[in-house]
This record gives sequence, C-alpha cells and structure tokens, in this order.
Amino acid sequence: MNRGMLLVAATAATAFATGVAEAQVTVKLGVLNDRSGVYSDIGGEGSAVAARMAVEDFKAAEKGLKVEVVAADHQNKPDVGSNIARQWYDQDGVDVILDVPTSSVALAINQITRDKNKIFLNSGAASSDLTGAQCSPNTVHWTYDTVQLANVTGGAMVRQGGNTWFFLTADYAFGHALERDTAAVVTKNGGKIVGSVKTPFPSNDFSSFLLQAQASKAKVIGLANAGGDTVNSIKQAAEFGITQGGQSLAGMLVFVNDVQALGLKTAQGLVFSETFYWDENDATRAWSRRYGERMGGKMPNMTNAGVYSSVLHYLKAVEAEKSKDPQKVMARMKATPTDDPLFGKGSVRSDGRKMHDAFLLEVKKPEESKGPWDVAKILAKVPAEQTFRPLAESNCPLVGKS
Amino acid sequence: MFTIFGIPSAALFGQLLLGLINGSFYAMLSLGLAVIFGLLNIINFAHGAQYMMGAFVAWMLLNYAGIGYWWALLLAPILVGLFGILLDRNFIKPMNDNNTKRSFVMVITSVLAMVVITYLGVNPSLGFAISVGIGVVAATLWDRFGPTFVALGDQHVDHLYGLLLTFGMALIIQGVFRNQYGVSGLPYGIPPQLSGGQNLGFMFLPNYRGWVVAASMFVCLVTWFVIEKTKLGAYLRAATENPTLVQAFGVNVPLLITLTYGFGVGLAALAGVLAAPIYSVNPNMGADLIIVVFAVVVIGGMGSILGSVITGFALGLVEGLTKVFYPEASATVIFVVMVLVLLVKPAGLFGRAQ
Repeated sequence: MNRGMLLVAATAATAFATGVAEAQVTVKLGVLNDRSGVYSDIGGEGSAVAARMAVEDFKAAEKGLKVEVVAADHQNKPDVGSNIARQWYDQDGVDVILDVPTSSVALAINQITRDKNKIFLNSGAASSDLTGAQCSPNTVHWTYDTVQLANVTGGAMVRQGGNTWFFLTADYAFGHALERDTAAVVTKNGGKIVGSVKTPFPSNDFSSFLLQAQASKAKVIGLANAGGDTVNSIKQAAEFGITQGGQSLAGMLVFVNDVQALGLKTAQGLVFSETFYWDENDATRAWSRRYGERMGGKMPNMTNAGVYSSVLHYLKAVEAEKSKDPQKVMARMKATPTDDPLFGKGSVRSDGRKMHDAFLLEVKKPEESKGPWDVAKILAKVPAEQTFRPLAESNCPLVGKS
Repeated sequence: MFTIFGIPSAALFGQLLLGLINGSFYAMLSLGLAVIFGLLNIINFAHGAQYMMGAFVAWMLLNYAGIGYWWALLLAPILVGLFGILLDRNFIKPMNDNNTKRSFVMVITSVLAMVVITYLGVNPSLGFAISVGIGVVAATLWDRFGPTFVALGDQHVDHLYGLLLTFGMALIIQGVFRNQYGVSGLPYGIPPQLSGGQNLGFMFLPNYRGWVVAASMFVCLVTWFVIEKTKLGAYLRAATENPTLVQAFGVNVPLLITLTYGFGVGLAALAGVLAAPIYSVNPNMGADLIIVVFAVVVIGGMGSILGSVITGFALGLVEGLTKVFYPEASATVIFVVMVLVLLVKPAGLFGRAQ
C-alpha cells in the first residue's frame, strides 16, 4: 500500500515537473532524407542546414522555444525510413519529421505520422498522392508535386506544339505518379500519348529506351525520372542526336544540381519547373548566399528552401499556440497565411497542400552564364491556383469534411 | 522490312548493337576481375570503386590540369593502377602473407595523422588523402627498416577475407569521393574527334559508342594474348599454380603478383575513363555496376579470362534483347541467367571444376 502511494506521488511529481518545463515549449525536428545515395545532393545535409537556419532566423531561443534539429539517412528504403520514424516518435521525442524525398518512403512516413499523431512536413517527395488519395490531417506537402510539375512543364511543352508524347518512366511509385499526372495534363490539352517504357531504377544506360522513344516518332520525350537517371538520360539523348532529330526532351523533375552535373553545354535549352530558384530576387539571393557559406559554395534547390520555409511556418504556429499539440498546431498552420522571403505569400490548404507560385525555367547557354551556379533563366511564373491540383478535383477524403 | 516476334527487325538490330556496347563495359570490367581472381585469388570487391576512380581521375585531369580525354585514357589507368599497387602492398599482400604488422603501422599512422590534420582544420577529404599518404610512407619505411619477415609464399588465406577487405576499401573510397564531390555527378564531354555519329540505316550510331566497342575488344584481345600466349603470361600462370617453385627458378613472384593487381585495377580505371563521357560521373557509378559484373564473372567461370570476355559481351546482348521485349526485367535478367547456369554448370560456362 505504502509502495503504491509512493508510486502515485512520484508520478504526480513527474507530471508536475513536465508541466513546469512545458512553460518553455521544447520541440524536436527530425530531418529524414537520403544522406548517402542518389538523392543525397538534393536533400541530404543541405536540408538539415536549411532547417537549422530556419531555427536561427526565427530566433527561437528568444521567443521561449527550445528547438533541437536531428538528422538521419533513410537510404531511399521505405523499411529503413519507417524504422527510424518509429524510433524517433516513440523513443527519441521527435515532434516533426521534415524533408523525406523518395515518394515510396514519404508515403510510408505519412501513414506512421498519422497513426502516432505527430506532424510530417514533406519537402522532398513528389507524389501528389500525399495530398490526394492518401492525404492525412497530419501532413503538409510543402514544396512541389507531380501535378504541379506536370502542369507547368507538361502544359508549356504542349502549348509549344509538342502534342505527341513518349515517356521514360522510373519504375517505382514516384515515376508512375509523375507519368500518370503528366499524361492527364497532355491529354487534357489535346495531346496524345504514343507510348511509354518503364526503366529499372536506378539505371545506367538509357540508350535502348531512347532508341524506342526515337522510333515512336513522338514530338516530346517525357523523362518521368529524377537525379542520376535524369542526368544519364539527357546525356545519352544528346549523344544519340535525339534533339537534332526534331524531338524535344521534357525533364519532368530537374533540380539545379542536375543541371550542374550535366554541364550547360549538354543541358542548354532544357525546359523544367521549380517552385524556388535561388537567383529569383534579392531576398532569395541573400538567403542562398548564407546557405552557400555553410555548404561550401553550393546553392540551394527548391527542396532545401522548402524545408526552411516549412520550419519557419511551423515555429510561428507553435509560438502562437504556445503548445506543440499536433492538432492545434496543424489547425493554426492551415488558418494562417504563409509568408517568407523564399516563397513569398502563400497558404496551406485543407488537404495539406502548401500553395505557392511555380516557375518555368530554361537552362542557359554556356555564354549566357555568369558564374558556376548561374544555370537557368525564368521563362514564366505560374500562379499557384493554375499549377497545383484544384480542390474541386481532389480525391482527398479530408476535403469533403471541411 | 520484316518483323521478329512483333518487333521490327531494324529496331531489333539497333538494340543488339546497343547490347554489344554495354557488353563491352561488362567485358572489360569482368576481365580485370578475372585476371585478379585467377592470378591472385582475390575477389576484388573494390573493382567498382576503382572504375569510378578512373572516371574521376579523367575529370580531375581535365579540370585541374587541363589534360584532355586522350591523355586521360593513358594517365588515369596508370595513376589508379599505382593506387591499386599501394593497396596491394599495404593491405592485400600482408593479409595473404599472414604478416599484417605493416597494415597496422599504416592504419595507426594514418589515424594519428588524421587527428592532427583535423585539429589543424584542413578540408576533410584533402586531410584524409594526406594522412593516408603519411601512413603509406611510414609503412614503407617500417617494411624496409623494421624486423624482417620471410613469407612462405604458397599459402592462401580464405577468399572471404580478401572479399571483406576490398569491400571495406570500396566503401571508404566511395565515401571520400562523396564527401568531396557529392552524388549529383560531374560533367565530362565527349572528345570533339568522336562527336557526331553514323546513320547505319537501321539506327543512329554515335561515333563514341563505336569507339568504345572497338577499344574494349582490342584491350580484351591483347590481355588474353599476353596471358595465354606469351612468356610473361606463362610466368604469371606458373606463379599462381606454385609460387614457391617459380620463385626457386629466380622469378620475383611477389613483384609479379603486385604488378598484376595494378594491371587489373588499371583495366577498371580504363573502363571508367571510357564511361565518363556517356554515363553520369558520380561516386556511386561503380557500386551500381559491380554487382552485375560479378554475376558476369560467375557465369563465365571464376578466373577464366576468355570466359569473362565472351560472357561479358553475350550478357550485354541478352540484356539488350530484354529491354525490347520486357524492359521492367532488364535489371534482373542477368541474375536469372546466373541461376540457370549455376544449376547446370556450377563452375560457370568456362570454369574448371576443382
């Protein structure tokens, strides 16, 4: 009996102690991405740096928030990513998981976060299913998605007269989603899909697939792949004279890092889409320069910028709520318009989609470039409403309720 | 124009030719592996990393020294081959001789040097290279002036140790390059003499791809000829069978073996330089390829030189055909062939049963 009383007293004391500590809100952010494999230049340490910069710029300590940033490598494997996420949520006290490129891993983390009632701010993954069929009240899909890429790049190509398409599709969740969404945009604009080939991921040699694309006589070859696959296919398309033959390439997901890897000589004229380009205005340039100082001169891509922007918005919500309760914070994040130097003004929609404008970019000719990272010029700025999936067409179960 | 299984013949010939081109990379890489395994009994898992180093050295020569493709074709294999020789002298040979003190000296000196250099605040990758250099010098001095050790020469340690050692080396090498250059890759162009292509009627063949096939066949033939048909090759093969006896005839067997390893590594680097203009030059480029190449070696028969070359080209063709009929399986088909071959001939197509 005595022992039981003691236990109760101890529990009460602990509860009281945590209650006191809660006055100063402590949050732990986990940056989960590829830190060693094909996508480690796209997310990797760069996204962790961006998250830390957001914490510093927010001046969290002065505002009574204690913020800790941790990072881990999911190796692009859903099982590895899931294990880390469970450990972070169950044992390490992580409140928010950030970044998570590779759609297959992101979809797994999406489900775990929902089960554990935490928050998932995705920046790196592309699949529009995160705010579609598999949308969750605990997830915000921040930076870009396959619908947006399809609308901006696909739409622009069709308008330029590229009305027959052949796809080279990376054979996993992301590639399939990107092909599906792009095909929808192409057909909607009066174009036609003449064929597609699923390429093993990752692949070294795309020459056979390019030859099939060439034989299809399609006007546009859509590259529904990313990272090293995109670099290899563009490099080899140049070698096989695909563009001289009158066909054009559409890189459906191209990061500034990929352009850098190709070199302007090979990549020039390629049209692609991003939601953030470091050289857009003075604010983005200033932030990118600070980022570059910590990353050995590298410029950020949209994924890194998205992590920064999402952390900033999350911390603002926590500050306003004076609590890190996931439901309250999510409600606040969706109710408050977003505003930061990188993406400008925007909002978080009820299906978890972060809305902001997107850019149509074109890779510069070597003689137009003024420095090592001066790789693209902005052709057009597409308003958020025209680029992301409209709520009216959404198949997200959350949309009907709100 | 006629069709075969619903595929126009022109497309099929095109795909076969592309298969041959991929096959030439498989052939060159598996040749190097076969030479190293056949003559040193080492399963060289660092082969992929050395292939990657070849491509990177070509890039470094161009960007830091302004040396173009053709000189890189000669210099990169030599530089990477020298690196291979250092690897053999400091780790593989001591392991085979059961005399690992030299490796310990090397590792401990390197680690100490690394601690000091990190403290001084040098760039980590450069610091790593410098400390490894210091380690190599220390190990060489120790070897020269330290206690003498007579190797028995004809004992072979289990393959597994060599495999683990080279696998670890591959991870370290890849890690250093990743740390310095990231994984996105580096640009490397096709040399101007080989740009453009020929219209063969059924397909457009880039000149560079034609050059790759020709160069690879030439290198494979020369290697086969030297090892199977010359006196030097006879020494090598004899030294593998019975090192003690060959040493008794006055042949410097340890030197011969070290040079052979250097040569095998050089072959990997040559393949790397050939690959640089057409594949993405990144630290993982070898890791993706090496598993396939090992399957090629196993199908051809471990250690069989002719076998590795023929299987390399043949499997390139099989893979090319799969890409036409069922592209999703093209990453798997080589392993299916491997299973079938091992079921029927456990020693591989050209291997000798022990």
